[in-house]
Amino acid sequence: MIRRRRHHGGGVIVFTFIIALLLTVIPLPDWALTLRPDWVGLVLIYWCMALPDRVGVTTGWFMGLMVDLLTGTLLGQHALSLTIVAYVTLNFHQRLRLVPVWQQSLTILVLLVLHQLLSLWISRIIGRPGVPWYFWTPSLLGMIIWPLVYATLRGMRRGFRVN
Amino acid sequence: MVMDHKYNSIESVRDALSLLVYPIQLSVELPGSVTEWFNESLATRRKLQEEIDSLHTQQFMQKAQMQKFAALQAENIRLRELLDSSFEVGEKVLIAELMSVNLDPYKHQVLINKGELHDIYPGQPLVDADGVMGQIVHAGPYSSTAMLITDTSHAIPVQVNRNGLRSIALGSGTINRLELPYIPNSADILPGDLLISSGLGGRFPPGYPVATVIAVQHDPGNAFASVVATPLAHLNRSREVLLIWPSQTTIIETTANVPVEAPGDVQDPEEPAATSDTTAERDTPDTGAAAAAE
Repeated sequence: MIRRRRHHGGGVIVFTFIIALLLTVIPLPDWALTLRPDWVGLVLIYWCMALPDRVGVTTGWFMGLMVDLLTGTLLGQHALSLTIVAYVTLNFHQRLRLVPVWQQSLTILVLLVLHQLLSLWISRIIGRPGVPWYFWTPSLLGMIIWPLVYATLRGMRRGFRVN
Repeated sequence: MVMDHKYNSIESVRDALSLLVYPIQLSVELPGSVTEWFNESLATRRKLQEEIDSLHTQQFMQKAQMQKFAALQAENIRLRELLDSSFEVGEKVLIAELMSVNLDPYKHQVLINKGELHDIYPGQPLVDADGVMGQIVHAGPYSSTAMLITDTSHAIPVQVNRNGLRSIALGSGTINRLELPYIPNSADILPGDLLISSGLGGRFPPGYPVATVIAVQHDPGNAFASVVATPLAHLNRSREVLLIWPSQTTIIETTANVPVEAPGDVQDPEEPAATSDTTAERDTPDTGAAAAAE
């Protein structure tokens, strides 16, 4: 009974992840294809930071699997990298909560680059060709839009009393 | 898990899981299909009339061409009978539509709205109105993923339509560029040559247009010429695609212009070479070279 009251608003978390998945595959004009920020990564990092006891490595793995299925990459590629990102975020979540948003953004950049790097390693191992410099722009964009994502998700978390 | 996937053993798991993401794919697709539906149902009478007119003209032209085709087909079959070789022209086809879903931007893949429930299988060839587009790599229950011929891990056996010179066209990772490696400097290949699928490897049916050669460079320092072709199919524009079930009859190559030195390439009637394109076709250039040397 008490436990049930403690965990509240799981639907909101699921909803934000579904939106992130939609944004991952929504059609964009050709020039914007390589600029698409890693929405699932951003949302995952937020929830790992805000509710580390609810969202964690398992969620990261599962969402990564969904991304792999959606984007047609090797099954497990994003799952592995998002698992590691979730783990790192869980380790640092208390420090991340304390610092101002612009400093969070810098950490987000590191986390997103880590995610892309792991993903890139896997695709290089299976023999995919190298990537151009703009491969990294999604991480930069992710850093830039982080304050926005943070504000939106925090608003949702407080508005719907997710805890 | 990654290793597992490399050896294709969890393909069924992927298929089952792809059912989970199908609603997401559908909802992404929704705005596009709704606008399309609106456009269709709200089109003016005049516009529809124009479209019907142009389609009529087109059909008339194609019918006229088809008359010739029937005669040519009959002649072809007769000639092949004379040469004791079997050849089937008709193939089962199915029209599918691309789903407006963006996949990994660094892989040339598309998602189509037909799946295993429509008898689609991995490895199935995919063409559009102008040429070969690619092949299915994952077939889910309702939707499947196809790899385009320009993906870096794709290769398709081709031959020059003009003289039968055989080669493989490798994907380059650029949407309008295919590369033909291992073509000797002396080979008879020119810019503007039409490349058609040769049917070797047993995956793509023979005779479909694939690409046109746009540049041939002979560098005396290299053993092979660098040949670049551009795909005929509108890889990034087509919305409707055609799935082909290649006919099951084995095609015995007429040995008239194929040298005997390359027995691995000529399809044996007993064992149709149904191996993956990328690995099996590596030795075709020898044939190409020999054929060119004639």
